[in-house]
Amino acid sequence: MTLWMWLLLSCVLAYGWKLLGYLVPASVLRDPRMSRIAGTMTIGLLASLTIVNTVASGQALVLDARLGALAAAGIALMLRAPFLVVVLAGAGAAAGLRLMGWS
Amino acid sequence: MKLLQSPAVRVGLSISIATGLYGVSFGALSVTSGLDFWQTMALSLLLFSGGSQFAFIGVVAGGGSGVAAMGAATLLGMRNGIYGMQINALLQPRGLLRFAAAHVTIDESTATSTGQTDPLEQKRGFWTAGLGIFILWNVFTAVGALAGGALGDPKQWGLDGAAVAAFLGLLWPRLKGREPVAIAVVCALATVLAVPFVPAGVPILVAAVVAAAIGWFSHGRSDEGLEPDVDPYAEHPHTHPQGDAT
Repeated sequence: MTLWMWLLLSCVLAYGWKLLGYLVPASVLRDPRMSRIAGTMTIGLLASLTIVNTVASGQALVLDARLGALAAAGIALMLRAPFLVVVLAGAGAAAGLRLMGWS
Repeated sequence: MKLLQSPAVRVGLSISIATGLYGVSFGALSVTSGLDFWQTMALSLLLFSGGSQFAFIGVVAGGGSGVAAMGAATLLGMRNGIYGMQINALLQPRGLLRFAAAHVTIDESTATSTGQTDPLEQKRGFWTAGLGIFILWNVFTAVGALAGGALGDPKQWGLDGAAVAAFLGLLWPRLKGREPVAIAVVCALATVLAVPFVPAGVPILVAAVVAAAIGWFSHGRSDEGLEPDVDPYAEHPHTHPQGDAT
């Protein structure tokens, strides 16, 4: 039940950000520092989410088949594969490595 | 039929299909992270912002708390406020329309709209991409959630690897130039260093603080990392060989 609560609150806050852009006078949000932070934070969060999902297992750091998924996704992206193909490459690499015995 | 002659409508439709389709991966990953079908659908219907949705389930999948998941999703949604400001300046929607416009203000609809120069085309592009993605994203989220639930052990299918790939895929288009790459590396390092010392989910927020500090003190371009994560007007988007990528 509490997960529902945080989930719905996230939805409200996400809509809040979007609406803020429409309701607040442009001058308030046009502060270059604000938009720079929005930009660096987007990069930082996505980088963090990538690495956490690659090497973290709870509070432990582990190297497993997910590392292969990261490499495969990187290669797919360098070949300019579309998003769905990138995701499939990651899944395929992790599943394949596990089949070969690397957990 | 005249609408289909509009370049913005065409681009909007093709990006709707491309983006809508990967709702399958969100739906499947969400149910394997431990959310149920309706929680998954609530994220796609109500939160409706790909990056934030993946962030929410990414934190939950790693054992993080609901608060941490909310924190990551909300921080990642900040850029939609900047997009909203841009769209508001371009289209100036009035009345109730503005509340609807806000909901479909995401990377793709903003990119489709701002890529046009004619005001009417900007409007068509925004609404075609925004509504088209909203519909298809939700349909395919449902498909993915139902399919994902039927898969059994998610690890056997490499679904944890799919999550890694999804985040790298969302990050990749923003890594243009040296500064964004440096920010990504520093934040990834901060995350790895934080993992053993703080509860799951919190390392992501640590990285957010580091990234915000970099933004506060740096003097780079003010829109670094803010280009929407798609370029609907790329001339030959998928002409590179993809055969060996799977």
